[in-house]
Order: sequence, then structure tokens, then C-alpha cells
Amino acid sequence: MHDAIASSVNFINLDLITVLYLFGVGFVGGLVSGFIGSGGAFVLTPAMMSLGVPGLVAVASNMAHKFPKALVGAVKRFKYGQVDIKLGLIFGISAEAGVLYGAHIQEMIKKTFGDAGSNLYVSLAFVVILAVVGGFVLRDAIKTYRSGKTDEKETVGKLAKWVQSINIPYTMMYFKSLNARISVLFTIPLGFATGMLAATIAVGGFIGVPSMIYALGVPSIMASATELVVAFVMGMGGTFKFALSGLVDIRLAMLILGGSLFGIQLGAMGTTYVKPFMIKLVMGTIMVIVLVSRGLMVPVYMSKLGLVSTLSEGTVAVLKTSSFSIMVAALFIGAFIILKAIWQGRRAESLQLAAEAVAHGKV
Amino acid sequence: MAQSTTKKKSSARLIISGLASIALFTALFSNQELVSNLFTRGGLYALLPIATALVFSYVHGSFTGDFWTALGVEASKKKVEVK
Repeated sequence: MHDAIASSVNFINLDLITVLYLFGVGFVGGLVSGFIGSGGAFVLTPAMMSLGVPGLVAVASNMAHKFPKALVGAVKRFKYGQVDIKLGLIFGISAEAGVLYGAHIQEMIKKTFGDAGSNLYVSLAFVVILAVVGGFVLRDAIKTYRSGKTDEKETVGKLAKWVQSINIPYTMMYFKSLNARISVLFTIPLGFATGMLAATIAVGGFIGVPSMIYALGVPSIMASATELVVAFVMGMGGTFKFALSGLVDIRLAMLILGGSLFGIQLGAMGTTYVKPFMIKLVMGTIMVIVLVSRGLMVPVYMSKLGLVSTLSEGTVAVLKTSSFSIMVAALFIGAFIILKAIWQGRRAESLQLAAEAVAHGKV
Repeated sequence: MAQSTTKKKSSARLIISGLASIALFTALFSNQELVSNLFTRGGLYALLPIATALVFSYVHGSFTGDFWTALGVEASKKKVEVK
């Protein structure tokens, strides 16, 4: 029966190790997504491909687990008052358009330059965007930490203040996360860029969350929670598109979902214990480590395209293994920072509650 | 007394949602061939993976939430203030 499944729709057979592997990677991915609003997908797709899942099936199945996961995370964080549904929906719809356009560009590049050209484009997009945005986010988090102002309310940056000051008639909309009216002519291109990035590197949130924070002035915790709404809208549309071509392996998607729903609940709860700069710290750290991982693959694809001298098979194998290992490490380091922050937050809260009980003479 | 009733209620909820979740995964994996063939036909059949994902997210999402609650892992009791 298993062989029939594998041959009829080109899906892999599942054994216990594969099941546990997908469940485990799903858990860590879910933990990170619940906390920073995205992430995990950049490891899940290559993780599936490492099992022999064809690239497109891996992308499609990843998307089919992403939108129900994002839904659960968004509902959970909505209960904590962290989600701006209106902003999430507007961002999500624009992102959907970005996904379609991004996928079209990918197809064009693949047709013109082949697989190596397409991979080089993806890796360069990773390196450039993660270097600029990830570097900025991490620098900001470290600056906040060093300033000792981690408990203070986040301030709205210069760019966001300017965006909030512009009044374009008939396009203004009130957003509760900003407590201000801004023009949707700003949110639409940002959502579009998020979708384009999602179609290119699978993690739109690496643009979505920082753009909500720095360009619009949304507080970090609300931006990461609202990104889950964006991921839901984008993921559901994307899944439908892939399912029309029969590319979704629902078994893989539900196995990853099985693990990731444990993780996303924990990650979402974690946001109630941490200071806002932690969101930026985790996101920036992951982005910068992933940048190194993808940077290692650039010479491989350049060599395949004949842009640099041909690399030996041994060198290619070392670069590929190092790249994948660093990528997995990025996810686990992010998960470790989150778990440590939750543990510290819970400990501090129980100590505080105990001290309050003593002070009120309850003990 | 009240605490013990709450604990009993949350344990009962965990068992029910856990069984429902196990039933869903069992149904999916004991009918792999049929599911894989139906879900990959394209056209209107594309709605099947979407519907499945939504059902799993509700049932398994409830279970995972109950699971952490039963372990005593909950959100901060302080009033969540979004800064």
C-alpha cells in the first residue's frame, strides 16, 4: 500500500524515524513562530527535502501546515490583546499578491537561468535582505539592552513618525496597534514585499515584522502577533494554489502541524513573560545566523553557473552540509533563547507573587 | 475544593481533546492511500487539504493548549500590557 502512495503521487513513504523527525522539527519551528510571528519555514522545507521530498511538494506541504499553525497562534495571542486583526488582514491580502508576483519572478528566473540561477537568486535575496534588515533589528535589540531601558515603553522611530504624519485623503485608516490613522498606501507595498519574500525565501515575516515595527510604529509584541494573521491569509491562499496542482502531501503537513501546535502554544505564552526587545533579539539573531548559512551556498551556485572557477565535489559537499547545519542551529539557538526567557520570566513572576503574598500577610 | 474541581475539569478536557486528536491522526494515517489520491486530484478537491488543516488546527490546537495547561505552563498572570 505504501509503495502505491509513493508511486501514484510521488510522495515519500513514512517510517517512525521520519514521523518523529518531522514532529520534532515542527515543534521547534512552532515555538519560534509563536514567539516572533514567523520563522521555522526556512528549515522545514530543506528538512523535508533532505528526506527525499521533491522541492515543490516540500514548499506546498510546508505552506499547508503554516496557515493552521498561524491560526492557532493568532487566536492565542488575540486573547492576550496582542493582535491587530485589521492590519493583519490588509497586510495579508497585499502579501498574497506579493506571493503570486514573487512566484512569477521565480519561474522566469528558473526558465532563463535554470535551477542554479534560481537557487543563486534565492540565496542572494536571503543574504542581502537578512544582512540589511537582520543586522538592523539585532543592532537595535542590543542597543536597547545596553541602554538599560528594556522596561521602558518602545518609542516610535523617525520613519514611523513620518509615515503617521502623512495624510492622503480617502486612503487613511485607523489601526489599534498604532492608535493612529495611516494611509493604506504605506501598508500595501509593505505587505506586497512581505509576500514577495515569502515566495522567495519562505519566510515573509523577516520583512513583515520589522516593517510593521520600524516603518509603521507597531510595538514589537503586536507586530509579531499580527504577522500570524498575515501568515494565515498568505498560507491559506498559497496552499489552495498548490493544492490545485495536487502538490500538497497532507500527511507531511499534518505531522509537522502535530509538533508545531505544541510549540506555537508555548511560544505564544512566552511573549507574555518577556520584554519587547526580546522579540527583536530572537528575530535578529536568527536572521543573522541564517544569513551566514545561505552565504555559504552562494559560491556553490556561482560555480554551477560558471561565474567563478568550478568547485570540487568535496568542497561543495562541505559547504552544503555546513549551510544546512548552521540553518538548523539558527532555529535551535532561537528556541533556546525563547525557552530561557520563558523560564526566567516565570521564575521572576513566581518570586514576585510570593513576595506580594508575604507583604499582604497571606503567608 | 474549588481548585480540585478545576483540576478535574481540565484533566477531563485534556483526555477528551487528546482522544479526538488521536482519532484524527489515526483516520488520516490508516487511510493514506485514499487520502493521498483524493487530495491530489486538483480542482475542487483542493479544498480538502484546506478543510483538513482547519479541522486539525481546531482539534489538535485545543489538545495542545490543554496539554500545557495540565502541565501548569500558562501565560503570565500579570495583566498583559502591550508596550
